[in-house]
Amino acid sequence: MAEDIRELLKAHEGLKRQVYLDIENSSMVPEEVVDAMLPYFNQRAYGNPTLTHKPGWEAFETIMRSSQKIATFLGCKTLEEVNFTPGETEANNLALIGTALSMKDKGKKIVISEIEPLSILHVVDLLQKQGFTVVKVSVDSEGFINLEKLRETVDKETILVSLSTVNHEIGTIEPVKEALEIVKDKNSKAVFHTDASDAYGKIPFDARNLDVDLATVSSYKILGPRGIGALYVKEGVNIERILEGQIGTQKLWPGVENTPLIVGFAKASELEFHNFEKNANNTRRLRDKLIDGIIGKTSDTRLNGPEGNKRAPDNANISFLRCEGEALTIELSLNGVYVSSGSACTRRLLQPSHVLVAIGRKFVEAHGSILMKVTRYDTEEDIDYVLEVIPKAVKRIRGIVGSMEVE
Amino acid sequence: MSRTPLPYNPKILELFRNPKNLGKMEDATVTAVAGNPLCGDMIVFYLKINSKDVIKNASFESYGCAANIATSSIVTEMIKGMKLEDAWKISWKSVVEAVGGLPSVKFHCGILAVGALKRAIRTYYKNQGVSPDWLMKEPTFEERQAVEEEELAKILSKRMKAEEEK
Repeated sequence: MAEDIRELLKAHEGLKRQVYLDIENSSMVPEEVVDAMLPYFNQRAYGNPTLTHKPGWEAFETIMRSSQKIATFLGCKTLEEVNFTPGETEANNLALIGTALSMKDKGKKIVISEIEPLSILHVVDLLQKQGFTVVKVSVDSEGFINLEKLRETVDKETILVSLSTVNHEIGTIEPVKEALEIVKDKNSKAVFHTDASDAYGKIPFDARNLDVDLATVSSYKILGPRGIGALYVKEGVNIERILEGQIGTQKLWPGVENTPLIVGFAKASELEFHNFEKNANNTRRLRDKLIDGIIGKTSDTRLNGPEGNKRAPDNANISFLRCEGEALTIELSLNGVYVSSGSACTRRLLQPSHVLVAIGRKFVEAHGSILMKVTRYDTEEDIDYVLEVIPKAVKRIRGIVGSMEVE
Repeated sequence: MSRTPLPYNPKILELFRNPKNLGKMEDATVTAVAGNPLCGDMIVFYLKINSKDVIKNASFESYGCAANIATSSIVTEMIKGMKLEDAWKISWKSVVEAVGGLPSVKFHCGILAVGALKRAIRTYYKNQGVSPDWLMKEPTFEERQAVEEEELAKILSKRMKAEEEK
């Protein structure tokens, strides 16, 4: 198996350009972020931040400083509101399970949208097995939550509502403010959580001003290191821990803090928020160039999710009819363009993305979908290259389908 | 359950990049389709068979992943010049072996390719109105699996229609 992978890698030799657009699934860490992190592995602040010695105090000071930066970007009232976790998955688990544990005597109903990420969907499945009632509110063909349905659904039994600020797959910017008002109007005690991983650093997002109770943010989605994220917990909102052990500086997550990763997350945040408007406009322009270039040059394509300013500036998600996604991702990879497909192969069934199914896409449309996210490091030339490679790759894969009817 | 990347071997990669016997055959003696695009997996085989029941030529088209393309292509290579009776004996395991192994999650691609082949052979004899002794009446494992996948697609399609009407 390792030998096979080495051969696959060899097949990529001699590429004239490589463009990585799979930010949804992992990201490269820019040199400036790596440089900021390096001293914290072995030169300073490598101690446990709760202990009384120099490396420990250094670590404490470093974590507080990093925490302060992120708290500022999130609009926090106090530093206590930033709770580091090992990532988006863990922060979402903490938000949902932690709320369910603290509110279980007040009600049993949990409300989410149909298109939440798996770290929300799978967690509510688990809570359902434990006796909670879960309602998934439908979305329209662009992925916007049905606010009327939300209003009908939330009641006095509802303890928790979770709605992402930006959908991770199709970039829909959800009406979180309106949703929050509806939820609090129906039941002021219900806890409102938003996964803001695809919003933080990309669209204006101020947790305090928005007045959500809980918000998840992730480091790698803003080109920080993997393995670190945070859960914003508004002052006065109480949720329980879901892991137990030695409690350090992070009251909701036990274990020894990973100082270099926290430093990297803070540095990545600074870079993302520096020239925020300029970055967002530039990313949006490249994204539009990517979307328009693909749809203009290739027949039988569909944009998944909304257009223009209703969509996150970095997100492009396009379905190619008569083109199977896994074959397409491999063909693109062999040409130096790295993306992911909306369908995943299980034993016999190619499982289409639940997000694409929820917005009404047919299975074959979901099977031929490609998700791409543009970053501030992408150039005009990168996008030109992608626009040169994609039509050729789609043409070749469609050539294998040939005369077959794929409907 | 865990997820691993699909470590396709060099043989599969080669057949994916340069598939052998790709394309519709206009003068095929028999054509057989298996699978369904809803499951992300569909192939068609075109066979040219002579009067002595020998496969003179074979080609394919595929809607599916790299494993689907590679296994379909290798089956067409394996059966060219074969008597139908011998082609019938090809098992999905021998196809997996011929492509140098498949990740287990992709075994169904090899199964579907053999299912389509057996379907083509059956159709040929049905059209001829003959039934050789070696051609078993009951469907083989691979044929049953192909049918199962197609049934699954029907259920999915029905469920989607019901959702739309809701």
